[in-house]
Amino acid sequence: MRRVVITGMGIYSCIGKNVEEVKTSLYEGKPGIGIDPARKKYGYRSPLTGIVEPPVLKGLLDRRLRVGLAEEGEYAYLATLEAFRMAGIDLDYLEKNETGIFYGNDSSAKAVIEAHHIMEEKNDTALLGSGAVFQSMNSTVTMNLSTIFKLQGVNMTISAACASGSHSIGMGYMFIKQGLQNIVLCGGAQETNLYSMASFDALSAFSTRVDNPAKASRPFDRERDGLIPSGGAASLVLEEYEHARKRGAPVLAEVAGYGFSSNGKQISQPSDEGCIIAMERALNNAGVSASGIDYINAHATSTPQGDMCEAIALDALFGQSRPLISSTKSMTGHECWMAGASEIIYSVVMMQNSFVAPNINFENPDEYSAKLNIAAQTKEKEINLLLSNSFGFGGTNSALVIKKVK
Amino acid sequence: MNREKIEEIVRNFLIEELEVEENVIAPDALLKETLGVDSLDFVDIVVIVERNFGFKIKAEEMVDIQTLSQFCDYIESKVGGK
Repeated sequence: MRRVVITGMGIYSCIGKNVEEVKTSLYEGKPGIGIDPARKKYGYRSPLTGIVEPPVLKGLLDRRLRVGLAEEGEYAYLATLEAFRMAGIDLDYLEKNETGIFYGNDSSAKAVIEAHHIMEEKNDTALLGSGAVFQSMNSTVTMNLSTIFKLQGVNMTISAACASGSHSIGMGYMFIKQGLQNIVLCGGAQETNLYSMASFDALSAFSTRVDNPAKASRPFDRERDGLIPSGGAASLVLEEYEHARKRGAPVLAEVAGYGFSSNGKQISQPSDEGCIIAMERALNNAGVSASGIDYINAHATSTPQGDMCEAIALDALFGQSRPLISSTKSMTGHECWMAGASEIIYSVVMMQNSFVAPNINFENPDEYSAKLNIAAQTKEKEINLLLSNSFGFGGTNSALVIKKVK
Repeated sequence: MNREKIEEIVRNFLIEELEVEENVIAPDALLKETLGVDSLDFVDIVVIVERNFGFKIKAEEMVDIQTLSQFCDYIESKVGGK
């Protein structure tokens, strides 16, 4: 049976611009949330956001390869550089060995809106420039990364709202397991610009705790008042185990199981039943029982309804074994299309370094989260098996089981 | 706008925006072969010229333009003396 392992990871986020920086932030419980004053002026209800440093790619990447990159693509490029380097894969290797890409992305608002501004002013498509179309399409990340890194295998974007990144790993896992590919680049990217989250803000889903941004994201806490949008990009190199061994690649962890479901209910309504189906399917797919899970990286975004549904689902499946649970969104905010991929990286970093990152700001449980074993502080803990949840609008659910390779 | 100014602006955007190597920029340099300007770059040149010189390049007028000098002649024919 073909096994699927992670041989490279790269990240660009509000808690660190590479895996090493992220490791420190996770261990220290250091959040990356702040205020973007422009959002208030633009008309947002909440100016809170993950603060992600703008990348500078001039001098690093040829102009022709840069002009098609939207903001999220720039994040994804830097994350992918790190992931391939870690995996010991260079451009020469990629030119000679078929490598696929499944990457999560579900918007490119800034590129679309900026093109619209030009059209309003100039009334002439000839003045949009060559990059606009490649930046505006939803597949902008995969079309650019596949060009930059000369990828020749399966090539498509996974758009599944806030579960996009997780499903992308699930798809890469399936393709490798089925024998269709030996290496697939997976991940998720999320733009963080002024335009990217206005329509989400319209739902009053964001925290307005502006007096103390570091305390604003408080998944599972009784006083939570909404999520904080965030972003960046996370890239993972998935590879067939024997292939990785023969190549002498570092084996960071194994993707042991993937589960999915769709709630089939109202568009923004979470469902504990849907969460349970996805988690059970992932456990079954991995051939492990709930009691074998050492740590759960919860989806919990800090919204009253979503966290409650997940808490009910987690208690239903893990109420007996009570593994440690944390939502790293307490530090990162909700990295949306990227989150399912970044949270696998956060979790693998914990697995590699035997600790559980804290669910910061978890001060008072509500009646649902009181039943869970939530790590409010960093815990030293050997993790052999973990589960990571991701859920999204439209009721899409994804769960991944990750195993330590000894 | 005089010829000298036109050449200066063109030279600047070739270096700064299209990132053409400075040492290959010469009046007789071929746009495609020497300067490496491809079909997508031409789409961007339309935008850059409009921004810098205030007129829109027409594709049919660019058909016979091969060298940098001819390109500057073309711009001069549009904005020279203004």
